[in-house]
Amino acid sequence: MRLLWILLLGTILLWGCDHQSVAPAKDGDGDQPPAYGDTLLMGSIGEPSNLLPVLASDSASSDIHGLVYNGLLRYDKNLQVEGDLAEAWEISPDNLTITFHLRKDVRWHDGEPFTAADALFTYRLLIDPQVPTAYAERYRQVVRAEVPDPYTFRVTYAKPLASALVSWMFPVHPKHLLEEGDVTQSPLVRAPVGTGPYRFVEWVPGEKVVLEANPDYYEGKPYIHRVVYRIIPDPSTMFLELRNGGLDLMSLTPLQYVRQTDTPAFRRMFAKYHYPDFSYTYLGFNLRRPLFKDLRVRRALAHAVNKQELVDGVLLGLGVAATGPYKPGSWAYNPDVRRYPYDPDLARRMLEEAGWSDSDGDGIREKNGRRFAFTIVTNQGNDQRIKAGEIIQRRFREVGVEVKLRVIEWASFLKEFINPGNFDATILAWTTVPDPDAYNVWHSSKTGVGELNFVGFKNAEVDRLLENGRRTLDRSERKAVYDRFQEILAEQQPYIFLYVPEALPAVARRFHGIDPAPSGIMYNFIRWYVPRDQQKYQR
Amino acid sequence: MLVHIAKRLLLMVPLLLGITLISFVVIHLAPGEPTDLQTQLNPDASAELRERLRAQYDLDKPLLVQYGKWLGRLAHLDFGKSFVQDRRPVAEKIAERLPVTIMINVLSIGLILLVSVPLGIVSAVRRNSLFDRFTTVFVFLGFATPSFWLALLLMDFLGVRLGLFPIAGLKSLGHEYLSFGRQIADVLHHLILPVFVSAFGGLAGFSRYMRGNMLEVIRQDYILTARAKGLSERAVIYRHALRNALLPVITILGLSVPGLIGGSVIFETIFAIPGMGKLFYDGVMMRDYPLIMGVLVIGAVLTLLGNLIADVAYAAADPRIRRG
Repeated sequence: MRLLWILLLGTILLWGCDHQSVAPAKDGDGDQPPAYGDTLLMGSIGEPSNLLPVLASDSASSDIHGLVYNGLLRYDKNLQVEGDLAEAWEISPDNLTITFHLRKDVRWHDGEPFTAADALFTYRLLIDPQVPTAYAERYRQVVRAEVPDPYTFRVTYAKPLASALVSWMFPVHPKHLLEEGDVTQSPLVRAPVGTGPYRFVEWVPGEKVVLEANPDYYEGKPYIHRVVYRIIPDPSTMFLELRNGGLDLMSLTPLQYVRQTDTPAFRRMFAKYHYPDFSYTYLGFNLRRPLFKDLRVRRALAHAVNKQELVDGVLLGLGVAATGPYKPGSWAYNPDVRRYPYDPDLARRMLEEAGWSDSDGDGIREKNGRRFAFTIVTNQGNDQRIKAGEIIQRRFREVGVEVKLRVIEWASFLKEFINPGNFDATILAWTTVPDPDAYNVWHSSKTGVGELNFVGFKNAEVDRLLENGRRTLDRSERKAVYDRFQEILAEQQPYIFLYVPEALPAVARRFHGIDPAPSGIMYNFIRWYVPRDQQKYQR
Repeated sequence: MLVHIAKRLLLMVPLLLGITLISFVVIHLAPGEPTDLQTQLNPDASAELRERLRAQYDLDKPLLVQYGKWLGRLAHLDFGKSFVQDRRPVAEKIAERLPVTIMINVLSIGLILLVSVPLGIVSAVRRNSLFDRFTTVFVFLGFATPSFWLALLLMDFLGVRLGLFPIAGLKSLGHEYLSFGRQIADVLHHLILPVFVSAFGGLAGFSRYMRGNMLEVIRQDYILTARAKGLSERAVIYRHALRNALLPVITILGLSVPGLIGGSVIFETIFAIPGMGKLFYDGVMMRDYPLIMGVLVIGAVLTLLGNLIADVAYAAADPRIRRG
């Protein structure tokens, strides 16, 4: 879901909807007029699980939800909140009530009019204890939801909630089709009915999902007539299909981007784009371990990591070094935090000062008879993290720190190591969302078993900042809060923030109108077109 | 004979129960649960939600209670509903994937038999000839080649470069607009590479087996007798030797019945074929217990039945077994 932080499960990330900053390789656009028609073929590694957004939590499903449904609000190309099904909204002076004024010209794909009752119904679905949804938490904070008239929807909170507004980007579900019976057994699970620019046509299990332009879409009919998601579980096969013309859009790996697509034939057929992705990879220390309780040690290790080397070696240069949990260039990002340039000599000196010195001459430091040795754990199936681990291992060895790298299957990795806090250090990644609320990852109340502050970071000032940050609605006040939060993280180094990778989509050249923006390339998908004489598929 | 079969069928019941109990316990021992995808590392998921989801799936009950419930449903031939988010009946999911897998496996076993039986015979008859050595090298090459690697090479060379074959999937885009004959041709066209890749690795075992049997039979006294009678070499080999050498093939075919529905994760993943192998693999990765158990039960039943059929057929074909 766009609204969530989901951990990067590794492997290939197919294009998400959220990307930033611009660096297109765009030419030959010409002035050909937009035309209706043609089909866009996309690949999906996984089969969508469920086409009712309230029940799904995988990226394959949410890609399709994004075209079939609308939320009340959405992000525009610059990641600012704008109206979607709501043409306007007001926040009360006490920041407790949001009133949405809904569009009157929207119809569901089956012709029924969209009203505020649908919005209210979606809210009730989200908080219904019988509905197995992962999204209930945020909506529980609503104390009152009401429909004063058919085109007004109003929600009231007990306390101001900064992420309240973006939570209403959640796809609105059709009341008239879902109010009776068990939603998990609804036919809409496999044949969704939304208000979005594309209508569901068919889902052939294991093979494809087909969508067709909605001629009655409130923003006008999309140019591209059909969108087909082909389910291709193997990334190598997907790349072969792309080269063969069996796919029109795919997110490349750095290796594919730099080495395998640098041929005239490929460049003739595809345009490649790159812009920072909404995620960052980090090396997190288990702060409960005595080894890492010492701030000097964490800082010394930060100086021993060459982030640029990681970007060059792991991402082939397609990424930037990270300094904190927010994406460089986003509004919450604070560039003026303490940095740790690569300096092995300084790292060695700092370790000496902390009492770690190599007294027996075996190249590994000791303190009070204990060797400076620890294990970095990471999950199987993500080559980039393993490579990063190997590079870091070598750099740490150079300053007299012995590191073992252990790669573990995902479920055991979580169950045996991360959740119980049974690890020294780990390389993982978080996906980020435009809203900077990081309460669940950094607040000291979230250090329990299975919670997200698994490194055990506890800092009273950070707690206070995070509490204030999620209750403050004013952008500049919030910015001050999160700027300070980033300063403390940089000072404390509970994570060494490693890098922010880039999203690397390749799109067939016959598609025009693509205009990369901070939010990526998909935000104006309904305005993409193929000029009449370049159209490939007639049906 | 009938008594024998009935006895074997009855014995299958406790065996099957044992298999399901062990499978059920083992898959629950693996770390991770079906609710993990929704709740793990998800900031919006509270501890309370996790408990609620677990209760909905009965995961909060003791393992034996869960097994009892599952067994109760199985008694009504109900495999239950999948634990992944689509919550579809397991039987429906399996039925959807089964035809493709059976088709590919039947084609592939057919191709293996078609190629390896003659290969084995000729290798045995001309033992140590140049042909024999060449086929030995060839089939072992097939045996040793990783199928995913071969598949990718063939897709790149024959698919992308030469454009002879489609790369992945079973149908072209626009398949539904083709005439019926064209549709069949389209599917067959898509099937050539996957069937070839899955058969290539199986050639070695079968042709070696055939060669060994044949050599064994040729050394028998009755072959000597046949030759002494002055029969032509053709008649000796194909009428007298081959029939006897083919007998063990029945056993192998019987044992390959469960394989028919198993499918292969590797080539189904590479060729993007929605078959049982991939379904089962995904089920395991998501800890979709009802689906895993459903596939395992069907597999176990087919294995037991396959064994039984092989024994019976063997007895029917070979009088020596019947008497012994």
